[in-house]
Amino acid sequence: MHSTTTTASELFTRASESKLDSKCPSGPMSERWDKHRFELKLVNPANKRKFHALVVGTGLAGASAAASLAELGYQVSVFCVHDSPRRAHSIAAQGGINGAKNYPNDGDSIRRLFYDTVKGGDFRARESNVYRLAQVSNNIIDQCVAQGVPFAREYGGLLDNRSFGGAQVSRTFYARGQTGQQLLLGAYQALMRQVGLGRVTLHARHEMLDLVVVDGIARGIVTRDVVSGEIESHAGDAVLLCTGGYGNVFYLSTNAKKSNVTAAWRAHKRGALFANPCFTQIHPTCIPVSGSHQSKLTLMSESLRNDGRVWVPKNKGDQRSPDSIPEAERDYYLERRYPSFGNLVPRDIASRAAKQMVDDGRGVGGNGMSVFLDFRDAIKRDGENKIRERYGNLFQMYERITDEDPYRVPMRMYPAVHYTMGGVWVDYNLESSVPGLFVLGEANFSDHGANRLGASALMQGLADGYFVIPYTIGAHFASRKLGKVTTEHEAFRQAESAVRAGVKKLLATDGRRTVDQFHRQLGLIMWDYCGMGRSEKGLTHALGQIRSLREEFHQDVRVLGENESINMSLENAGRVADFFELGELMVIDALHRSESCGGHFREEYQTEEGEARRDDENFCYVAAWEHAQAGGAPRWSLHTEPLAFEEVKLTQRSYK
Amino acid sequence: MSGGHDDHGTGGLDLTLHIWRQESSEAQGRFETYPLHGVSPDMSFLEMLDVLNEQLVLEGRDPVAFDHDCREGICGSCGMMINGQAHGPERETATCQLHMRRFKSGDTIFIEPFRARAFPLLKDLVVDRSAFDRIVAKGGFISVNTGSARDANSLPAPKQDADLAMDAAACIGCGACVAACPNAAAMLFVGAKISHLGLLPQGKPERSRRVLAMVAQMDAEGFGNCGNIYECEAACPKAISVENIARLNRDYLLASATERPPSGQGEGV
Repeated sequence: MHSTTTTASELFTRASESKLDSKCPSGPMSERWDKHRFELKLVNPANKRKFHALVVGTGLAGASAAASLAELGYQVSVFCVHDSPRRAHSIAAQGGINGAKNYPNDGDSIRRLFYDTVKGGDFRARESNVYRLAQVSNNIIDQCVAQGVPFAREYGGLLDNRSFGGAQVSRTFYARGQTGQQLLLGAYQALMRQVGLGRVTLHARHEMLDLVVVDGIARGIVTRDVVSGEIESHAGDAVLLCTGGYGNVFYLSTNAKKSNVTAAWRAHKRGALFANPCFTQIHPTCIPVSGSHQSKLTLMSESLRNDGRVWVPKNKGDQRSPDSIPEAERDYYLERRYPSFGNLVPRDIASRAAKQMVDDGRGVGGNGMSVFLDFRDAIKRDGENKIRERYGNLFQMYERITDEDPYRVPMRMYPAVHYTMGGVWVDYNLESSVPGLFVLGEANFSDHGANRLGASALMQGLADGYFVIPYTIGAHFASRKLGKVTTEHEAFRQAESAVRAGVKKLLATDGRRTVDQFHRQLGLIMWDYCGMGRSEKGLTHALGQIRSLREEFHQDVRVLGENESINMSLENAGRVADFFELGELMVIDALHRSESCGGHFREEYQTEEGEARRDDENFCYVAAWEHAQAGGAPRWSLHTEPLAFEEVKLTQRSYK
Repeated sequence: MSGGHDDHGTGGLDLTLHIWRQESSEAQGRFETYPLHGVSPDMSFLEMLDVLNEQLVLEGRDPVAFDHDCREGICGSCGMMINGQAHGPERETATCQLHMRRFKSGDTIFIEPFRARAFPLLKDLVVDRSAFDRIVAKGGFISVNTGSARDANSLPAPKQDADLAMDAAACIGCGACVAACPNAAAMLFVGAKISHLGLLPQGKPERSRRVLAMVAQMDAEGFGNCGNIYECEAACPKAISVENIARLNRDYLLASATERPPSGQGEGV
């Protein structure tokens, strides 16, 4: 067992010199992206086919990037761990995608989307990045409609909008409760068109297990074919990681079962800095855990808070059925505490409030571990048909899982891990600290600060892939000397043998406990101490627990079978090994950040009303961690990138 | 979440599972029998298989391979024949959303992979559905490069058409339609894409080329033809209607009469 009295100075070192240059342009905010694009070097059309980009992951970011780069004429190879690029977890996003079109004429603008996103992120994102995101949001909507994404429409044939949390305008475009699916199919179809034209080579059922760096530049990857077990090298002129977030470190999350941190983590171990790992999003409206068998959690879209009202009984321990609790004995606590935003406060705030109600003994359901989301008034006002039209598939999914009919009884909800704002550190060009390694979508850390607003993940993934990387990757190709590198290079040989050795070790351990048993245990530690509420005492305790559990994992895990066949436990074991290291870094990051901001709530730092209290004096920066191996155990040093707020004044967030 | 409270105190379901085991595409397959006790009715079908696999690993036996991912019925990864039905007995439900409360204690459940010539088996319950990707690559898209779109509201689409397009676009590409069809036809899958794109104004310019190219690839992959039995619609977890097959047939007939067959594979298709 490790000591649980580790002091902060033993946890990590501070880098003497920060490596970080965000490359953000200067000048008026609204002209920065335009200016930057003009200054970026271009690649001559005839030369584009000489450059080869390796794109890992085929969610919104990966599919849109691969399609767009191939359209420009670059050679592209695409890798996904699924049997088809269309399976990536972007497909499960329900509610919608933001765009500053202002079609409803309700006061929206690029500036307002920018403002809402910076404030929603609790002032821990880069202003320049967020402004660009808001600017290209409109192009995304245009592009998706042109591809045939069947967004919801009004009778006049024009696009419909709805509201999401943290905004007072309706700027969310949606396709029933399946917006992610439709956007991903749009990007997937664009990608498959390029595959059909021979400009993209598709490698399905391939998992990236290492990054290859030659002369300081990312020049390739090592993959495992999950059907044959073959370990393969792929060389190129740039590597794009579009591999999603790491919410599954908690075991139970709304992420798909295969979502993992491995590609990003292996890149981190090859030199890419990992930023703000403790910034995780706990989504307020998820179906509560029903038993110890549970393999994942299911989210119910934030859009439901347009019409559903969140409440708990006023009295502690009131276990009456909801229809027999009179109006006067209900506490619509979000409407009470935040009258101007009501049920549509941002996710971090809604989640924390739900936890407070449950901690206060006013939770509902058998074990008191949930709150109500009630559609009674909306059904009375708009009729059941209207509600069915808006949320039919969500209501059906809820009923499948819980066996309760939400048209008759209120849904029961509890927060669950959903998204990770942290990720691989990237500059304004989406390039990591390893030249030639670009990171897009949820896998990077850049645009959401300490809390992401609803309907902004889809926007960011597509912004990165369709409208940022096609410009910024050109500068890499055009301005760096990229000599010919093949997979015969020594660096590939070394990476391949390291991957083979890792696989062999897992298969040879022959312990007594399954991969899932370890993963569940790690998840519980993370949820209890690095979840919705964090404290120095709890985090320090968690650190010791994670370290000793990790040692046990490497001595006692049981992975059966062989490498040369489909082997689900082998795939999982490699991912869980990486989650152990990431989990430790998350805890260290949460310990070092002695403030509360967004989803990072340190119990020691709160206002009298229980809201997050930031410390802008000391923590108005991005924490980017550099990995160093020290005698088998990982160690990290901290680099910081100061954040400047020129346009949005640093204030305490208020949604009252 | 941290609670981990007990599954229904009632002891749960006792089941006998007969599962198709096959090491690889070349190996000989067979059913193996596994008794499973105390299954909670609140478990999903895949969670029940998780429990079995944990048990098998602890006993030192190879776990059952199956495809799965989102477990929310939207990614289309999972799919198996459950007592002879694609995705099992519940209508409009993918395997991952099927819950064990649908079964009774004492039940015997046969679990097999989706079977079709165009879906070669890889291992146990895992099959290769990449034929669907190749069909899409031939024409299941609208040819529009990034950056060349006009304002989203400059091209209105009648709400009724947009709604029908959305109904068809809800297809998750799981392949249950093929597995349920006696002819292993992919016409519901292809018809859904033809409808989704063809009903929208932006998809109309390529309507004829699209249908000819997709059908040609569908045939090349070895899928059969529709025999009007409609098992596909019954098995579809998203209730994609067979009307889409009618639309596919109509578009194909019209296109065959008016278009030259696709040749040379130019820019658009």
